[in-house]
Amino acid sequence: MSSEQNILVKLNKAGFNLNNKWLVKGVSLQVEKGKIVTLIGPNGSGKSTTAKIALGIYKKIDGSVEKYTNKVGYVPQKISIDWTLPLRVNDFMVLTESLNKKTIDEALSLTGVIHLKDKNLGDLSGGEFQRVLLARAISKKPELLVLDEPVQGVDFTGEIALYELIKKISDELNCGILLISHDLHTVMSATDHVVCLNGHVCCSGSPIEVAKNNEYKALFGEQASQILSRYEHRHDHIHTSEGEIKKN
Amino acid sequence: MLDDFFIRALIAGIGVAIVTGPLGCFVIWRRLSYFGDTLAHSALLGVTLAYSMEFNIAFSVFIISSLIALTLIQLQKRTNLPGDALLGLLAHSSLAVGLVVIGFLSFIRFDIMGLLFGDILAVTVDDLLIIWIGGVLILLVLKLIWKPLFASTVNYELAEAEGLNPDRAKAIFTILMAAIIAISIKMVGLLLITGMLIIPAAMARNISSSPQKMVMYSIIGGLLSVILGLFSSLEFNTASGPSIIAASLFLFILSLLNIKQSIKLKN
Repeated sequence: MSSEQNILVKLNKAGFNLNNKWLVKGVSLQVEKGKIVTLIGPNGSGKSTTAKIALGIYKKIDGSVEKYTNKVGYVPQKISIDWTLPLRVNDFMVLTESLNKKTIDEALSLTGVIHLKDKNLGDLSGGEFQRVLLARAISKKPELLVLDEPVQGVDFTGEIALYELIKKISDELNCGILLISHDLHTVMSATDHVVCLNGHVCCSGSPIEVAKNNEYKALFGEQASQILSRYEHRHDHIHTSEGEIKKN
Repeated sequence: MLDDFFIRALIAGIGVAIVTGPLGCFVIWRRLSYFGDTLAHSALLGVTLAYSMEFNIAFSVFIISSLIALTLIQLQKRTNLPGDALLGLLAHSSLAVGLVVIGFLSFIRFDIMGLLFGDILAVTVDDLLIIWIGGVLILLVLKLIWKPLFASTVNYELAEAEGLNPDRAKAIFTILMAAIIAISIKMVGLLLITGMLIIPAAMARNISSSPQKMVMYSIIGGLLSVILGLFSSLEFNTASGPSIIAASLFLFILSLLNIKQSIKLKN
């Protein structure tokens, strides 16, 4: 299943040390075309650090990282934009790559913020800005998408719609996605591979395998484990965008 | 036509303004105004070295300013001092060393005022060539690094993650800063170069809604400042640098009025 040429990024025992403190250590994982890999773990467990290692933002790392694509879309967890810049949504969309109007409009429509195109970036709400970030990342049709809590601050219905969109993008573009999320419910239904972090990889595998793992239970509690295992029963049907349920 | 010192000054000033426009926007966006000041102060050392070794002034200033910029980057890595302290340290020590060297060069007559505040009478045809050729080169390089530089100005990690190599763009931009100071030192003088970079761009920020517009207005503001400033410099017999900067201040104040009006209209 995992042929070598499908691999987009591969971490081999990667770790990052900042001021003599290991933020994360010994992480091995790989993201392949068309697959969604999700990182879960408590606060400070090194999820964002792992993403930044995979992206090559952190360079002085332990272990190694092999990146096989340059077409990358990134939605960071925290983004501080200096408002001394007069920057509209439209300018932000073409930040790292020139795109034509149609592509920009399509991406903004998909995340439901086309009406904000000419607004100043500083005037957006947190949720609106998050949607713009996601639109920007997908608009360049990347081979690898790294989404660090992409739906934070988005309203409840929007959250579900955006996760559906992420799944759809992964299928349509056949791109690999490295996803970080706290929302176990939503994430697990779409994820192919889960990596549970706590400074190191505490367990990894398919969502069901991870749910049954004792270390996972110790980290997230028995309840979280039940959330995950419930998806075992849901795999016999899919939800269409019209809200109907189809049997597989 | 080029025999007339005033025409020469005008052509030189226009050349400088076209280049300081876009660079000035980046100085504001990246919060580099004190960095610009430091490079400008170090230019005095460059000028004195040029005199003592009979070297071209612009070239010598470019070399010294680049060296100071590199020193700053090294100091930032190796010490725990905050950035503004390092900038002050480099600015004033290079200014002081420059002035000390001038003391040793008592056999050369120095026009210190001209050096500090600019001197339109001193602009030669050679200077025009340096300004225009240097200016075109600076703009070409800026155009090449625009995307990574701008993207990393907005957000460094996005630029790095999506493969734009922001560190290289930043290093090249530092060199461009040294270059603009080198070519504009005769026009505006070393104490006021940062003003030429910042004030038209600040004026442009007040009235623009996108980065491209800000660059355009910044260039226009710089051009108007040069023309207004040089004519009043001729009229009132004032130094060219302060006259140009005062004119740009005037435009900046006008841009503030414009904001107030648009707020009134909104209400």
